[in-house]
Amino acid sequence: MVLVLLEHKDGEIKKSSKEAASFAADLAMSTGEKAVGLIAGGATNSNELGALGIEEIFEFEAADYLDSQQWTQVIEQAYQKLQPTFIVLSNNSLGKSIGGRIAVRLNKGLISNVIQFKSEESKPIFRKSVYSGKAFAWYAFQSNEGIISVMPHGYGVFPNKNKQVTASKIDISIPSGNVKLKERNLLKGKTPLTEADIVVSAGRGLKDPSNWKMIEELADLLNAATACSRPVADAGWRPHYEHVGQTGIAIRPNVYIAIGISGAIQHLAGVNNSKNIVVINKDPEAPFFKAADYGICGDLFEIIPKLNEALRRAK
Amino acid sequence: MRLLVCISKTPDTTSKIRFDADSKNFIEEGVQFILNPYDEWYSLVRAIEIRESIGGQVDVIHVGNTSSDILIRKALAIGADAAFRIEDEASNSTSVAYQIAEFVKSHPYDIVFVGKETIDHNGSEVGSKLAAFLNLPFVSFCNHLEITNNIAVCSMEIDGGNEIIELNIPFVLSAAKGLAEQRIPNMKGIIDAKKKPLNVIAKVNVENHSELVRFETPAAKSGVRMIDPDKLDEMVDIFKNELKII
Repeated sequence: MVLVLLEHKDGEIKKSSKEAASFAADLAMSTGEKAVGLIAGGATNSNELGALGIEEIFEFEAADYLDSQQWTQVIEQAYQKLQPTFIVLSNNSLGKSIGGRIAVRLNKGLISNVIQFKSEESKPIFRKSVYSGKAFAWYAFQSNEGIISVMPHGYGVFPNKNKQVTASKIDISIPSGNVKLKERNLLKGKTPLTEADIVVSAGRGLKDPSNWKMIEELADLLNAATACSRPVADAGWRPHYEHVGQTGIAIRPNVYIAIGISGAIQHLAGVNNSKNIVVINKDPEAPFFKAADYGICGDLFEIIPKLNEALRRAK
Repeated sequence: MRLLVCISKTPDTTSKIRFDADSKNFIEEGVQFILNPYDEWYSLVRAIEIRESIGGQVDVIHVGNTSSDILIRKALAIGADAAFRIEDEASNSTSVAYQIAEFVKSHPYDIVFVGKETIDHNGSEVGSKLAAFLNLPFVSFCNHLEITNNIAVCSMEIDGGNEIIELNIPFVLSAAKGLAEQRIPNMKGIIDAKKKPLNVIAKVNVENHSELVRFETPAAKSGVRMIDPDKLDEMVDIFKNELKII
């Protein structure tokens, strides 16, 4: 049995969890096991989970907020009852805060930030991104069991399976927590940068924060999230949570569009796992062009309004 | 307040990433090593700021051999009071976390800081494993920390926002950007650092449950396809028919 932790927000299963579910289902298929999900009560959508390849769902009752020790208790008790071989989590903010703790508590291995697996010498091996996207590493568990956390956008969501899902309750007693939640602030109406399929990002080439209007317009036309480079965030032109790169957020969208960003290695470290990179820059020598799939060399102040216009025409 | 900052060494961001013939080992030759930025810029500086405002002791701990001493001295020059080095190769996150936990069990601290990840393995594993070995709460991706009467109020980065939480000491914290501002060591700091204690501790072995099969470098990009800035309809066509995003 491969057990996947499914998180939901307002009853909707999170995209990062759907990705973990797809990974778990494919892993289970390759090892001849069954993929089962663990979810906080009330959020089971059988059709959706069946399409992702989940065959059985275990629902537990929990408060809206659990701290990392309480989450670990949930997984630990589910493990004791279900005895899965592999436990799959998303390597999102929750996965990063509990992955290592679960591994220690269960005395098992953790392979984190995984993007792929394959079978080699009759056991699964797992590929992860290392050196800030400049290399990959394949890891294996010493025994055929362990904890895997899947990099957001690293694997993909594949709702092409057709399983019948049975749901049942699992009794988990959650101890009182050591952490008190005072506030949770989420950006309203915006897709979190780490979950966005398309990201439009701009840098110092924009010259002034007032010039971001055309960037936001492009992002709206493409239904994309906006991001920025470090100097722009440091100058206060854009909020810090938009900063992608070495010290900011690392992302792996389907399409990353970099405008007026030269492509310093520290910036590339946060984005070079993107599946497709489009670079718009006036400097033909900008290092970013070497990492790009598509490039437009020219004055962004002319290109972006024209591109927006062309996109409007195409819609 | 007793504060412990875990510091690790990583190749500088601009380093060339190369592996040996069987793809098992990173080639260190010609590589410049630095203190992991999250440890140096955010963890260490915030710990020093807390000592400056409410008093206490800031110690740093590192798992590595004597070649790390120059980096440990840098942490002392920035303002740590004393350093501990566990004489072992930092071979995996379980071993690092376990050995630091064993040290902390005999030298209790109020807050143990780690960086949110190292910039080489990007695992983000040591902090949560350390918290587990110590059975302490873990504040991950912390970008703001205030302490009043042994109660901490922290802001944690979560996907798409942040959470403000409150908890009592002791706990383990992983530092993200925003927690503090980088400090450059000054001349007095560098001179003082030479006199500060750097204690070496023997290693402790622990079982690891996963193993590296091999490293791999990504296939080179096939080359950028340039689009004429006067023919942006071609870019729109790519969005539509190749990337399928509109």
